[in-house]
Amino acid sequence: MLGFLGSRLLQSLLVLLAASFITFTLVFLLPADPARMVAGPSASVQTVTSIRHEMGLDRPFLGQYGAYLGRLVQGDLGRSYKQNTPVSTLLASRIGPTLQLMLGAIALELLIGLPLGIWAALSRGRWPDTVVMGLAFLGAAAPQFWLALSLVYLLAYRFNLFPLGGYGGLSHLFLPALTLGIGGAGWYARMMRSQLLEVLSQDYIRTARAKGQTARGVLIGHALRNATLPIATMIGLDIGTFMGGVVVVESVFGWPGLGRLVWDAIRVIDIPIIVGVVIFSAFVITLSNLLADFVQPLIDPRVRYR
Amino acid sequence: MNRYLMVGITLALSTFTLAQAAPTRGGSVTVSYKDDVTTLDPAVGYDIQNWGIEKMVFDGLLDYEVGTTKLTPRLATAMPKVSSDGKTYTFTLRPGVKFHNGREVVASDVVYSLTRVLDPKTKSPGQSFYTSIAGAQAFVDGKAKTVSGLKAVGKYGVTVALEAPNAAFLNIMAMNFAFVVPKEAVAAANGDFGHKPLGTGPFKLTSWPSGQQLVFERNPSYYLPSLPYLDKVTIKVGLDPSVAFLSLTRGEVDILGDGIPPAQFLQVVKDPKYKASIFSQTTVNTSYMSLNTGVGPLKDLRVRQAINMAINKTKVLRIINGRGALAKGYLPPLMPGYDASEVGYKYDPAAAKALLAKAGFAGGFDTVLYTTSTDPNPRIAQSLQQDLAAVGIRASIKSQAQSTVTEAAGTKNTAPLVWSGGMAWTQDFPDPSDFFWPILSCKSAVQGGYNWPFYCDKALDARAARADQLVAPAQQVARLKEYASIFAALNKQAPWVPIYHEVRYMMKSERLVADSSLLNDPIHNIDYERLSVSK
Repeated sequence: MLGFLGSRLLQSLLVLLAASFITFTLVFLLPADPARMVAGPSASVQTVTSIRHEMGLDRPFLGQYGAYLGRLVQGDLGRSYKQNTPVSTLLASRIGPTLQLMLGAIALELLIGLPLGIWAALSRGRWPDTVVMGLAFLGAAAPQFWLALSLVYLLAYRFNLFPLGGYGGLSHLFLPALTLGIGGAGWYARMMRSQLLEVLSQDYIRTARAKGQTARGVLIGHALRNATLPIATMIGLDIGTFMGGVVVVESVFGWPGLGRLVWDAIRVIDIPIIVGVVIFSAFVITLSNLLADFVQPLIDPRVRYR
Repeated sequence: MNRYLMVGITLALSTFTLAQAAPTRGGSVTVSYKDDVTTLDPAVGYDIQNWGIEKMVFDGLLDYEVGTTKLTPRLATAMPKVSSDGKTYTFTLRPGVKFHNGREVVASDVVYSLTRVLDPKTKSPGQSFYTSIAGAQAFVDGKAKTVSGLKAVGKYGVTVALEAPNAAFLNIMAMNFAFVVPKEAVAAANGDFGHKPLGTGPFKLTSWPSGQQLVFERNPSYYLPSLPYLDKVTIKVGLDPSVAFLSLTRGEVDILGDGIPPAQFLQVVKDPKYKASIFSQTTVNTSYMSLNTGVGPLKDLRVRQAINMAINKTKVLRIINGRGALAKGYLPPLMPGYDASEVGYKYDPAAAKALLAKAGFAGGFDTVLYTTSTDPNPRIAQSLQQDLAAVGIRASIKSQAQSTVTEAAGTKNTAPLVWSGGMAWTQDFPDPSDFFWPILSCKSAVQGGYNWPFYCDKALDARAARADQLVAPAQQVARLKEYASIFAALNKQAPWVPIYHEVRYMMKSERLVADSSLLNDPIHNIDYERLSVSK
C-alpha cells in the first residue's frame, strides 16, 4: 500500500514537471513577443527592450525555465506579465467559482443523464429508447455557445427565471451548469444505457430473476451497482476537464472561472498565468486520478492496489 | 406681441432651462465589458477600456475640456508658464487637494509619479513619451539616480525641463501616465498597485473581485465640488456582448462598454425604439493596409500608387456594416492637422492596371497579405485580395494571431502587405506628431516597431522635427499646416492604403443621462464623472 502510494506520487510529480516543461516550451516557441504585448503599440522599441529585460525574457530558454522551476519549488508561481498580480492570487480567486461550476455541472449531468439512460435501457427498442438516444445525441452534439445563448434567451430573458449571467448564488450557477450538464448528460445517458444492457444480459441477473426477485430488486440490488463502475471513471475525467476551466460557457455567462483567466492570458501571451493554470489543472487531474485509484477498490473489490 | 408667439417663446425658454439644468446628483450606473480590466495603475494600463476607468480614480495636472481636444488645467491651478526658449514648463498645483488616504498632494508627488513612469522597474508602456525630459535618458539607463529635468519648487511648484522644445509635450502631460500617485500607496500595494489604485480622483475603488466586477463610489471630499454626479459606478466584466445587450434592454446595464455587438448591430440601429439610446462618433484612428517599401515590386512607387487605386474601400465599409468613414488621407477627421481637401486616390482599377504595366508588372506579381484571424478581418483581407487580383496582383492570405502578425509586420523584409484590422493606429494624444513619429518616421522603421511599411524619408523626419519646435501658441496654425503638408507628401509616397476611420456606436439605457460627448469622448471614451441618471 505505501509502496503503491509512493510510486504514484512520484509519477504525479513527473507529470507536473513534464506539463510545466511542455507548456513553457510551447509558449516560448510562439513567434510573438510578450514584452511587446505588455508595452502596447505606442511604446518605443527601447521601452520594449527595457521591459523585456525587466521580465527576464532576454535570458536563454533554460535560464528562464530554471528560474521558474526554482521559484515554483518554493510555491511561487510568479507574477502576471500584464497585471503584475501574483499568479497564485489570481488562481485562488478563480478556484471557488470553478469548483462550484464543476460540482453543479456534474450534478446536473448525472441527474439528467442517468435516469434517462436507465429508462432507455429498460425500454430498449421501444419509443422511449429512440427518443432518449436522439436527445442524447443532440445534447452531446449541440455547440456550447449556441446552447448557452439559447438558454439565456429563453430561461433568463423571455421567462425571467434566472439572472442574465454574472456570478453569485445558486440562481446564477444554474444556467451555466445546465449548459454543461445537457452536453454531458448525453454522454452519461448513452454510457448508462449500454452498461446497463450489458449487465442485464449477464448470468447472475438471470439467476436473480429466476430466484423470484422483482424487476426493481434486480435493477437496484444487482444491475445498477455493476453498471455504475465506468460512470465513476467518467466523473473522474469530468473533474479534470471542468477544473481546467470551460472557456465558452464562462465567457457567455461572465463566470469568473479558470477558463476565462487562461483564455485572457493566452491572448496577451501572459506566460506566468498560462503555465500556472496548466500546472494547476495537471495537479488536479493527477490528484483526481490518484483518488480514483484509491476509490475503485472500495466500489469493486476485484480491483486491487498494485 | 402675438399671444401664441409669447407662449411659444416661454415654452422654448423653459425647455432651454430644463436642458441646461444641473444634472441630478446621486444614483448609480452599471457598465458592461467583455474583457477583464487588466490593471488600473495609470503608469501601466494602456488600452481603450482602462484609460477611461483610471480617470475615475486619478487626476493629472492637465485634462481636456469635455468632448474636445482642448487642454485645460485640472490639478494645476492654470496652464503652465513656458520659458522663452520653449524648454521649461512651470506648473502650480492647487493647494489642499487630497489623496483618498487623506494626505495632501504636493509637488514632490508629481516628481515621483513622472519618475516612476520612467523607472524601468515600473515597466511602463508610456516610458518613451517622457524621455524628452532633460536627464530622463540618463535615469532610464541607470546613469543617474534622479531625473535632472524634474524639480519640485516649494510645496506646490513643479518645473519640467525638456532636452528640446516639443509642441506635443502638454498633450503628453495630459496622458494617464502623468496622473499623480502617492508614493506610500504604491509601496503598500507591494507591486499590485494596479489592483489597489489610490489617487485623488472623483471616485474611489471600493471592491474588485477578480473576473467579476469593479465597484467605484463617490469621493465625498473631491476638490471639484460639482463632480462626480453619480454616487456609484459598477463595471461588470466578462459578460458576452449579446448577453450584455439583453441586460441593457432589461435595464440591468446602462452602457455597453464594447459598443453594440456585431450580431445585433443592424437590428438595433434600424429599430426606431432605440434611436435615442444610440450615439455614434468617428474615432481618431485609421485602419490601413501597409505596403512594405523594402520588398520586391513594392519598392516601386508606381506599384504602391497602383495598389492605392485598386482597393475598393466602399466594399470594405459594407463588410463592417458601414461602421467606418472612408479614409482619403492618413489623419482622421478629428485629429488637428486633418486636411479636408485631401482627395487621396480614387478607386480606378483600369488606371491601376495601366500604372502597373508602366512599372513593368503588366502580368502582375505574387505577394502575401497578413491579417489577424479574428472576424471580420479575414473577410476584409479577402475583399482586399479580390481587388488586388482584379489588377493582376496575386496575394495569398496569412491569417494569424494578433501577436504573430505584429511580430512579422515589425520585422524587416518579411510581411509585404499587412491589413491593420484590429490594430488600426489610434491616437495616443490629439496631436498629428503621434501619427508620424511612432509609425511613419525613420526612427520607427526598426525591428519590433510599428512602421510596418519600413518607410523612411529623412527629409520628412527633419520637417516634422522642425515643426515640433514651434511651441508658441501663435505658431500653432503654421505647425498644423506643416503637418498637413507632411501627410499629403506621405500619401503621394503611398506606404499605406488608408481605408477607413472607425465609427464607434455606443448604446445606453433610457435612464442614463448622457450625450455623445460623454460616451464618445475623443480622449477617454466614457466620461464617467459626468454621467448621471434621471430620477
